[in-house]
Amino acid sequence: MSAEGCGAPAGGVPATAAAGDQAVVEGRVVRAGEPVTTGYARLLGTGDEFVAEVPLGEDGGFRFFAAPGAWTLRVIAPGGVRAERAVSADYGKVTKVDVTV
Amino acid sequence: MSRSDVLVDADWVEARIGDPGVVIVEVDEDTSAYDKGHIPTAIKLDWKKDLQDPVRRDFVDKAGFETLLSERGISNDDTVVLYGGNNNWFAAYAYWYFRLYGHRNVKLLDGGRKKWELDARELTTDVPSRKPASYTATEQDSSLRSLRDEVVASIGKKNLVDVRSPDEFAGRLLAPAHLPQEQAQRAGHIPTARNVPWSKAANEDGTFRSDQELRELYEKDAGLDFAKDTIAYCRIGERSAHTWFVLHELLEQPNVKNYDGSWTEYGSLVGVPIELGDAR
Repeated sequence: MSAEGCGAPAGGVPATAAAGDQAVVEGRVVRAGEPVTTGYARLLGTGDEFVAEVPLGEDGGFRFFAAPGAWTLRVIAPGGVRAERAVSADYGKVTKVDVTV
Repeated sequence: MSRSDVLVDADWVEARIGDPGVVIVEVDEDTSAYDKGHIPTAIKLDWKKDLQDPVRRDFVDKAGFETLLSERGISNDDTVVLYGGNNNWFAAYAYWYFRLYGHRNVKLLDGGRKKWELDARELTTDVPSRKPASYTATEQDSSLRSLRDEVVASIGKKNLVDVRSPDEFAGRLLAPAHLPQEQAQRAGHIPTARNVPWSKAANEDGTFRSDQELRELYEKDAGLDFAKDTIAYCRIGERSAHTWFVLHELLEQPNVKNYDGSWTEYGSLVGVPIELGDAR
């Protein structure tokens, strides 16, 4: 991942990292026990306000560095797959959200 | 120019795979996306390695752009169709480059890589080989690009459109929420800027909203006066290229520039005014 880029981390997201002083929301998307590798995780705020989106990684993983607060995580994938979870984030904390679709 | 001249859908692209006059180009920051699978016959451009100057903070100059396109086998007469991840942010940024350097026939694939993937259309790992071409660029069109002095002088005079997320605009975050917090020295936004996040211009599948919805978004909801000149900015200029595309290419507003220095430059300048807080 480039230090300057706004883009997705190269090759999806790596395994869990320490939160440090960040408010991290991360997890994996699985279907029938297998990672979903083609799809997107979106972080939404109040009223479905878009915050960020990442493509799922090779392990179905995603990670966001959010502001503290309550968010909605939405997963979309081919075939009309769609799932949502309510999540909360706080500085210095890694919030884990695994999604089965 | 109209919407159909600059924006094409996946069916249009699928029907032209293999057309010798059409070059499909994936533009990403994460070029491993291309390596895992891309639209058949598509070549790739790396947002950073190919399009940025390796030393100075600037993008490739005219000679560099000519060399790049020549090496990749793109001719002046080719129709270039750009697409990419991140809802076409980097593809829109590349589109802006092609326009800056005078390429006549360039289009964006509506929805980019995401729509193509969600449609479960064919992706391949085959890398095409194209014969080198001889590309000649025009001088940079300065009517499309804004630099910092113009931005500072525009406060309170021109439309300034900050297309970052509300949290970045307010100064609560320095970067989008899928990246670690880093970058500019100070958080906040340029005084008098309106906050119209780029994402409001896009549907969930990455396609652009209709012209009517876009007009309402910028004119009615955000209160932009299109009679004034407009400068769009974000953090590094690629999300604002997406908005530039909407305003300049889809809504055909002539006086719209992209400030590619964006917040990473402005938020590190000494002595310029900064505002904090949510959009009013």
